[in-house]
Order: sequence, then structure tokens, then C-alpha cells
Amino acid sequence: MKRWPTILAYTVLAVGGLLMVFPFLWMLLTSLKPFQEIFDLKLIPQNVTLDNYRQVILETQFPRWFFNSLVVAVITTLSVLFFDALAGYTLAKLRFPGKGLIFVLILSTLMVPTEMLIIPWYVMSVKNGWVNTYWGLLFPGLMSAFGVFLLRQFFQTLPNDLLDAGRIDGLNEFGVFWRVAFPLVRPALAALGIFTFLGNWNAFLWPLVIVQTADMRTLPVGVALFSGEAGTAWNLIMAASSLAVLPVLLAFLFFQRQIIEGVVLTGVKG
Amino acid sequence: MRLSLARREALWAFAFLLIPLVFFLFIRIWPAFQALWLSLYEWNADPAKRTYVGLEHYRQMLDDKLLRKALLNTLCYTLIGVPLQMVLGLAVALLLNVVERWRDFFRAVYFAPYITPAVAVAWVFSWMLSANFGIVNEILRLLGLPAQPFLQSPRQALLTVTVVVVWQNLGFQAVLFLAGLQNIPREYYEAARIDGADSWALFRHITLPLLNPVIVFSAVIGTIGFLQLFTQVVNLNFTDQGGPLSSTLTLALYIYQQAFGRFELGYAAAITVLLFMIILLITLVQLRLLSRRVEY
Amino acid sequence: MRSLVKKWVVGATVLLGLAFAQNVTITYWQYEFKSKVEAVDELIKRFQAANPGIKVVHQTFPYDAYQQKVASAVPAGQGPDVVNLYYGWLPTWVKAGYLQPLPDSLAKTVDSDFISMVQAAKVNGKLYGVPTAVRSLALFYNKDLFKAAGISAPPKTWGEFVEVGKKLTLKQGDRYTQIGYGIAPDGQDHHLVREVLLRQLGGRPYSDDVKKVTYNTPEGVKALTMYTDWVKQAGIGVPNFFPGNNGYRDGFIAGKIGMIIDGSFAIGTISSGAKFNWGVAELPTERPGARKANFGSFWLHGLTPQATGEKREAAIKFLQFLTSEETQRYWLEKVGELPARKSLIKDPKLSLNPIYGPFVLSLAYAKATPFVDETAQRKVMVDAINRVLLQNANPADSLKQAAAEEQKVLDDFWK
Repeated sequence: MKRWPTILAYTVLAVGGLLMVFPFLWMLLTSLKPFQEIFDLKLIPQNVTLDNYRQVILETQFPRWFFNSLVVAVITTLSVLFFDALAGYTLAKLRFPGKGLIFVLILSTLMVPTEMLIIPWYVMSVKNGWVNTYWGLLFPGLMSAFGVFLLRQFFQTLPNDLLDAGRIDGLNEFGVFWRVAFPLVRPALAALGIFTFLGNWNAFLWPLVIVQTADMRTLPVGVALFSGEAGTAWNLIMAASSLAVLPVLLAFLFFQRQIIEGVVLTGVKG
Repeated sequence: MRLSLARREALWAFAFLLIPLVFFLFIRIWPAFQALWLSLYEWNADPAKRTYVGLEHYRQMLDDKLLRKALLNTLCYTLIGVPLQMVLGLAVALLLNVVERWRDFFRAVYFAPYITPAVAVAWVFSWMLSANFGIVNEILRLLGLPAQPFLQSPRQALLTVTVVVVWQNLGFQAVLFLAGLQNIPREYYEAARIDGADSWALFRHITLPLLNPVIVFSAVIGTIGFLQLFTQVVNLNFTDQGGPLSSTLTLALYIYQQAFGRFELGYAAAITVLLFMIILLITLVQLRLLSRRVEY
Repeated sequence: MRSLVKKWVVGATVLLGLAFAQNVTITYWQYEFKSKVEAVDELIKRFQAANPGIKVVHQTFPYDAYQQKVASAVPAGQGPDVVNLYYGWLPTWVKAGYLQPLPDSLAKTVDSDFISMVQAAKVNGKLYGVPTAVRSLALFYNKDLFKAAGISAPPKTWGEFVEVGKKLTLKQGDRYTQIGYGIAPDGQDHHLVREVLLRQLGGRPYSDDVKKVTYNTPEGVKALTMYTDWVKQAGIGVPNFFPGNNGYRDGFIAGKIGMIIDGSFAIGTISSGAKFNWGVAELPTERPGARKANFGSFWLHGLTPQATGEKREAAIKFLQFLTSEETQRYWLEKVGELPARKSLIKDPKLSLNPIYGPFVLSLAYAKATPFVDETAQRKVMVDAINRVLLQNANPADSLKQAAAEEQKVLDDFWK
């Protein structure tokens, strides 16, 4: 690799990276300012305080909201990865009547705006006693048409010979899917996993509707309370946002090794 | 013998699809039909008092100026936002693909905005972009440039929202493209380089075609995302009114206003049907256009 | 013999009713506002102590999402029996079937014991809600900033108001570091133009039957011009000086805004936040001794269709309790919102209070805008102001457009 394009690449990435990081830096620094100081234009706090964090953690149910968001995001992600892969694989690699119709049916749900499903979902939840429960929070996200679509695209690129080899080795159809095909789309699964996790982690509208009590709120719904008729508690918002971001960022830094490995493995085998 | 094999395969297929199909039918499709049905009625909290109005709500859309504004804005967001985030995302992915050291670090940096709750992002930006106390204007002043009203200006607000959304989505696009790039076998490039192809030719004839599945996915998902833009618009302006003089109002927000602010659920349902049609149409066109190119 | 059977039946029914009454649970919904939540928790405790057998479940939601929460819950046969709502939402809610009319007994109390503004809780002659607290507007001013600028008293006329505002406005290059007036078209200022300036200048916003918009007149144009000139000519303020929801109030609390016009509901927030001397004054008028006007509003409590049978009985008892004199007094002390009962308003302790006084005095001449669709009508007026401020539209043209838009809203409602 030539030297100077690499240097250019580093430079561009660094400048762009600064633009990416700056709002976080600002958020973090603002979260350390006392309320009186937050409207100063100085970036660095004059009097560093952790009081905003103390208020967020001890005087609100923030830790509980964090846990709720985590439960919802983890369960929905696992469910989406498994069932979407199963559906995507079936639609990409198996032959059966009505395949086109089923694909279009699933794909079309991608385009229905969430706003309109909320009332029917809520009615359904009331009938079945799902209001204010974890199941109620997470059932709309258990599968995603996004994922079916993405994974179908990836499964299509797998050579059929590989699957047939699995069949010749005596695997049944589920075995072929689970042992052969599933591991081969790992990079797509990683991408979908992150995507799903975050979609549910950040979801606002549905959790707001289905939750009745403060202890069942998710993070975005809880944080939304810091801005209301009484005004906007900027210092608390910045502290709560920082707390919401950092753990996820760390988790990503940790898991991105696995993601890369998945990518490399597929690159060699494919 | 062949027939029975095919039948066996079909049985497996249906077994695999059983749970996903139940989910999509009962959680996604059936409620959507309920919404369609709702659009034909004048809403009342008491189901017995809902009156059938036929296509009246659809006729009502024709002379709804605000709806037209929301529709136009939504198309602007999509037309600017989707290409912008794809081009920038691909650029970042290509750069990340070049660098060896610090790649994890940079990827995390670019990805960070994406994992931040949209509500928090919007609040941070609304303050950073504040005309008077915003740090962005302070920087502009330091550089000797005039301060800008950004979100407070009917002319700049839509573009400002788009940039914030792109800023947030960029990292995801980049990670997606990077996964696609790393999936392209090195040998292809090596073979082409031996044939004397330059970098542009490599990009044009190997990278782009082989990235096609990722590009299709990114375009479709990006478009649907922008067509349903909601959270950032609400939280960047702190009201559900869609910015100064409705300059940032989107269809999704307008639906929300009608349904939950004014309790016009029938009319709101009719607009969701419109939004659904638009998304369906654009997606089908995209799939056709973009998927065709794959036959290189 | 027969009458004996009858007695038995009646007796059994009563007993049965009592038995059921032992276990009535009603749900009360309001939005999240710390002092109100605490007040209602305490009031529920008192109510339950006085009414054994009735249990009240209190649930709260973020302010910005409150209507949406109601909109999704009630049609699903869930949600509150007693619901807290802004009076301006009432017609929309009633039209969509989210509220049921209250019994005549409550309507009679409201007619005789409450200030007349509260009549806005009626739709087509039927009462749909009872108020806990009413609100009016007044001028909050920063005494320390006034003193530093050599101003001794709050302005009495709009002319003085502009002069004071100019003295309090500080700029650094093109950037405001302090402003005289915390202008906020989508805060309380759209009310200020419609109900205060217009009426002070001799105009009227609507016809008596509320079916016609009547502000597209020279008085209306003058009111809008006067208001927008505060920014465009005098430069005593700038919209969105502070970012965020209610940034004008945050800016005042931060000590960077000299004056704001806000409702009595802001007293609590300002008292706990402001670290300087501040005062409250009645709104200025056009000339000394000229006509006064003010905007009044209130939150009320209504019954949803969920409340039927004994739940309805219990809910009505709860409503009666919420609007009792005792409760209203507690509400004032705890939340700082003005009571709606005539008897309490007349209490001199209240009207002479330096902070509550100006609000209480204003109630005498305050009018509640008879909204049919508060969201849409608010937007019309905010847009009218913004067209002038942000797009340099001519106030007359902008107001003409607003009147046409709002007339359409009224026509749609009454058709």
C-alpha cells in the first residue's frame, strides 16, 4: 500500500471523526456543569460537578429504565436474529408454492407506518392483559421485515453446492440451515443484530403507549420526562444522555471484534 | 421421486415459516387492515358511535394544504437525505477499509451517534445549533462567518434536520458498507490489477457491483426511514408542530398530530394509507431499478 | 305482604350495592408535574380516608405525550375514569367521544360557586369538566436587572414596556447576551396577541356565538404590528433566545431575560429556580388607565366513558372532592395555582399577595378563548406571528391569512 493515500485516509477520518465526537464531548462536558453554568458558551466547565449524575441515578428510576430497555432490546434482538434468518433462508433457498406471495406479504409490512398499528396493538394488548408487561413492550419487535429482507439478500449469495454438501452429509433441512447456512451470514447477522438492538433500545412511541407505571418505563420514555411544562432540565438531560450512551458504546467496542471475525471468516470461506 | 422431494422441501419451508407467518399476519398485517377499515369511518372512542363516511377522508386530503406541505417536506428529506448518507457512508467505509491501525477506534467513533437515543441527539443538536447560545454559531463567529438561524429559519430548518439525521445514520451505513467491502474476495482485485485496471476501474467494476446487495438494502431502508421521519423532527423543535411555519413537518408527524393531538383517527388512518402507498411505490421502483444492475 | 317482599328486595339490593361499593377502584390520569403529582397523591389519601371502599389509582405521563396516551387508551376500553385535561382540548375530546357529560348537580355548583370563565367547560350547554385551578397572565420581572439599569418600577404601559426592554437588552456584536423581553410566540404570546393586545385596542377575536373570526380588522392589524415591532423595530427580544421548550422561562430563571409574560402556573418553577429578586405585575395597558384585558385558562377534570355504574358514582364523588373549597385551598398552597371558586378569589389575603395578587386581580377581566380545536387555532396565530418575524410578511396580509385559516377551523367544527 502506498504511503500517502493512507496518510490522507487517516487525516480525513480524523477530521470527520472530530465532527462525530464533538457533540458527545459537548454533551459530556455540559453534563458536568452546574445548572447555573450551562448557558455559558465555555466548553470546559468552571466548576465540575457530579451532582447531575447523582440526581439522575438516585432521584429518578433511571437504573430501572436502563434495565428495562436492556431486557427489551436483548430479547427482541435474539428473536429477530433467529426467526428472520429462518424466514430469510427459506425464502432464498427453498422451493415451495406461494413463495413470491409470502415474500411480498412480509416485505409489504415494512412499509406500514408504526403510528397506525399502535391503536390495534393496544386493543390487542388490553384484551390479552399485556398492558404494562415486558411481553407487551417487546411483542411488536419480535420479528422484523427488515431482517427477513436483508438476510434473504445474503442467503441468496450462498452457493447451492454448499447446502447440497450438507444434505449429502446427512443433515436434515433444519440442520442445513442451522449448521451450514446460518454461520455463513454472520456479518449480516451482526449488522442486523446491532440494527435491531438499537431500534428497540431507542423506541419511543410504543413503549410510551403500553407502559402505565414509572417502573416499567424504558430509557427514552423516562428521559423524555426531563422536558415538560415546567421547563427543560438541560443538566439532567445531558447527564442522562451520557449515561445512556456510554455503556452501549463500550458494548459495541467489545463486540466489534466478533463482528470483524465474522466478516473475515466469511471472506475466506465464501 | 422428484415430486416427493419437492413436496418434502415445501413441507420444511412451511414449517420454517409457520411462526414468522403467524407473527406477520397477526401483528403486522391484520392491524394494518384494521387501520384501512378505520379510515372509512368518522372516529369515536365508542365503537358503536363510529359513522361510516366512505371515501370522505380521502377526498378531504385533496384540499388539505398542510398535508401537501408535509408530503413535499417528506419527499425533500428523502431526496436529500438518502443519497447523502449513502455516499458519505460508502466514503467512510472505503476509508476504513484502507486504514489498518486504529480501524476499530474509528469505526466506533463513527458508529457512536447511531447508538445514541434519537431523543438525546436531537436535544444536544437543538442546543448546539441555537441561534444565540449555540456553540456552532460561536465557531462560525470565530471564523468570521455570519451566525445562522438554522432550526429557527423556515428556509434552513429542513436541511438542518436532514444533516442531523445523516450525522446520526452515517456510522450504520459505514458499518454496513464495510461488512460488504470485506466480503469481496481479495483475489478479484489482485486479478484485475494484474490486468492493469486502475483504482477507479476496480471500484466501478468490482466494488460497486459486488456491493449491490448492501446498496439495495441501504437505499431501501434509508428511504423507508426518511419517509417515516418522526422522532428527530419532534425533538429538534421541542414541539409537535413541525418547526417554524411547518417547515420541518413530515407525514408521520402530521399523522401523529391528527391522531393523537386532534383525535381524528379516521383521517389519520387515511393518511397512513397514503404514506403506505408512497412507500410501496418507491420501494418497488427502487428494487426494480437497483436489482437490475446486479446482472453485470 | 307484598310490601314486605319489596322491602326485602330493596334492602338486599342496597346491601349488595354496599358490598360492591366496598371494592370500587377508579383510575385518575394526569401529566407529570412534580408538585401536582404530589398534591394529588396527598388528596387521594384524604379522599380514601373519607370514602372507605373507594380506591383511586393515580397514573401520570410525560406532558408532551399525554393526549396521545389518552387517545390510545380510552378506545381500547382502558385508561382513566377521571382524566385531567386542558380546557382548550374539551370540544375535540367531546366530539370524539372521550368524555361523558357531568350530572346536573355538579353543573349547578359550577354555575353558582365558580368564576364565570369556567363556563368554557361547557359544550352545547352540557358541562364536561370541573376545574381545580385557573390561570391568568402577568408580567414577571427581574428586580435585580431593573435596579442595575436604574429602573424603579415595572412598566404600566406598552410604551414604557418597550423603553424598559431597550435598557435591559445587551448585545455583543450580533449576539444577544441579555434581552429585555423573553418573546415566545408559541409560549404564551399567541394568547397575548389574541386576547390581550387585540382587546386592549378595542377589537374582539370572535363573534359572540364563536362561529366567526372577527380579528381581521384595523385593531387586529395594530395588535399584531405592535407585538412584532418589539422584535423588528425596538429589538427588545429575540424568539428562541434560549433553546428548548419554554426557553423564555429558562432564560428568565437564568437571569438573562429582564421580563417575561407567563401564566400563574409558572410561579412554582420560577420560585424554586430563580436565584435573584423578582416581582410580578399586572400586564401593561395601552395608555394609563386604558382598558385592561387578560387571557384566562384552566385545567379540568372530566369523566371518560370508562366510568359507568358504581365506578361513575365513585368518580363523581372524587370530582366533588377535587373541587371542594378545602381541596382548592390546599391546591393553591401546594401547587401555587389559583383556585376557581369565587369565595377563595375574593379572599383579600390572596389579592394582596405580592406574587398571586396581580394574577388574582387579572382574573376579574380575563377571558378564556373559546377554542373549538386548540391545537389548530394555536398554530394559526403562531404562524401569523412567525410569518411577520421570520419571513418579513406584512402584518395585515399575515393576519388576513390567519383569519381565513381559523375561520375554516371553526366552520369544520360547526358543520
